[in-house]
Amino acid sequence: MDMITFPTIDMTPILPEIYLSLLAMALLLINVFMPGRQKGYLGYISFVGVVAIAVMTASGWGIEVSSFSGSVIQDKFAIFFKIIFLLSAGLSILLSDQYMEREGCNHGELYPLILFTVVGMMLMACGTDLMTIFLGLEVMSVSLYILAGFNRANIKSNESGLKYFLLGAFSTGFLLYGMALTYGATGTTRIFGISGQLSQMAAPAANIMLLAGMLLMITGFAFKIAAAPFHMWTPDVYEGAPTPMTAFMSAGPKAAGFAAAIRILVISFPALQPDWSQLFWILAVLTMTIGNITALRQDNIKRMLAYSSIAHAGYALVGFAAGNETGVAGVLFYMLSYAFMNIGAFAIVILIAKKGETNGTVQDFAGFAFKRPLLAAVMSLFLFSLAGMPPTAGFIGKFYLFSGAVQQGYVWLAIIGVINSAVSVYYYLRVMVFMYMKNPSEEFEWATVTAPVALALIISAAGSIILGVVPSYVMQFAQQAAKLI
Amino acid sequence: METLFFLIVSIVAIASAVMVIACRNPINSALSLILTFFCLATYYVMLDAPFLAAVQVMVYAGAIMVLIVFTIMLLNIRIDATRRHSHMIFFGSIVGFATLFNTVYIVMKSRAATPATTVNVEALKAGHTELIGREMFTNFLLPFEITSILLLVAIVGAVVIAKKKI
Repeated sequence: MDMITFPTIDMTPILPEIYLSLLAMALLLINVFMPGRQKGYLGYISFVGVVAIAVMTASGWGIEVSSFSGSVIQDKFAIFFKIIFLLSAGLSILLSDQYMEREGCNHGELYPLILFTVVGMMLMACGTDLMTIFLGLEVMSVSLYILAGFNRANIKSNESGLKYFLLGAFSTGFLLYGMALTYGATGTTRIFGISGQLSQMAAPAANIMLLAGMLLMITGFAFKIAAAPFHMWTPDVYEGAPTPMTAFMSAGPKAAGFAAAIRILVISFPALQPDWSQLFWILAVLTMTIGNITALRQDNIKRMLAYSSIAHAGYALVGFAAGNETGVAGVLFYMLSYAFMNIGAFAIVILIAKKGETNGTVQDFAGFAFKRPLLAAVMSLFLFSLAGMPPTAGFIGKFYLFSGAVQQGYVWLAIIGVINSAVSVYYYLRVMVFMYMKNPSEEFEWATVTAPVALALIISAAGSIILGVVPSYVMQFAQQAAKLI
Repeated sequence: METLFFLIVSIVAIASAVMVIACRNPINSALSLILTFFCLATYYVMLDAPFLAAVQVMVYAGAIMVLIVFTIMLLNIRIDATRRHSHMIFFGSIVGFATLFNTVYIVMKSRAATPATTVNVEALKAGHTELIGREMFTNFLLPFEITSILLLVAIVGAVVIAKKKI
């Protein structure tokens, strides 16, 4: 019996994951051994750690390394997405302290779980093997189920966690079945190996096992990014989860789903692009329309933002359906700007709401502008950006997405996207109407803005404006990252 | 002989699977599920995959089913609490049969499309356990290591959700 010869291993691609895991484990230990009920300082430690790891990740830009015999890769695409994940995690960590204090949760375990979620998302973005991507997705999902149900005293949070867990586990089954069928049809789980096998096949579109595998994988990812008709879980889960976690869920994991789906479909299945492109055409139209139409009728602000996040996944799917470099670069850019504007909007929602998640309807925004003019102005900025008005990040993002679709010849898709965007203006402006034109129904104390929340608001507002005014600086990075093959 | 054996195992597998959903007592359902898992393990043996068969019995029929039976006993579910929804059964069976038809269609088509795969003689000679272990520590080292993070997250989550006082 001969010895196992270990392959040479280059740790570079997974260094951010390793450091994040170490940080998370250290925080878990600190949490156990340090006395005291309120563990706010853990949030500061994890925020500093996230910033340091983001700097380290960004410094690897331009260095392309594949390691672990092709299970994982460091390329510009992965680094761009890792920065988005770290950004959304950092902003959510800043928001968590004030919220958790108000709700009276002990949140020592919250920060390690957020960091583990980021580890999972990062593995989805840099994995080049179906197994790596799947395990990354599981690490992400399991942490998210717990984060959604973190506020144990609140029955809605419990419902949110349980619902997300049951439906998420079900959808993971689809994804895994799809991966198994793809493996059966090609004999490999490496995504570069799959594309090699496909190029040797005479007619890959006639291979029904391969097609079924691809379809099931798309189903699994469509669930994770909350695309219609797999979006049913979104409003309940987003409404019930603690608000900082809702903000995190709508930005980070959605981007992770896109990262893994883009990498698998664009690299492994270029031979089937006409097929999956058409499918995403339909998914994009359904997702945009259902998300926007349903959001019109929502009074609860978290539910409204949940449906709006479905609609935004639809816009990003437009760029994905195009499948060309402009479209993919548009998705990257849009995910970044969405993280800024959406987490910013949720930060204001946290300030408006009161203990026990009450005071969370659109009507409760009445008179906000008279009491806190600066905060109302910032909220308006985020709403304008979400609605896609110039000169904000949302406008530029949609512009790139739709121009990608037009380049590919999907003119109708772009038109439907623009119409949807116009529809969405109604429910975003409705909040502003309440803020600026209605009198407050009763007098009450507005929440004070603590320093971390203020920092989060400044970062998100700056991001929404800078990406809108000088988009080319970030766009050149997105375009480099989108050159996948 | 093998065909006969396959048929017998299949009939037992399907019958026990039906028993899982037809039994009104959850304990009986759980026990039928164990039987189904054993039949699946038998399939793996027939497909020359003894390692998978052993894992199937140990992990599913052993560990997971013990947990399920334990939970049922702890929760002490009463039988009359389970009501039947006739329209649910109707739609469920439509979806179920459609899926079944689909799967059979896909398997039949892809069997015709791809040539029968040749058995990896080297793999059979070396033994599956050794081969799987070898792959796990070379080509699939990273996924193997990620599992440890996954388990850690699950443990932390269980503590967060189940701890009496946090």
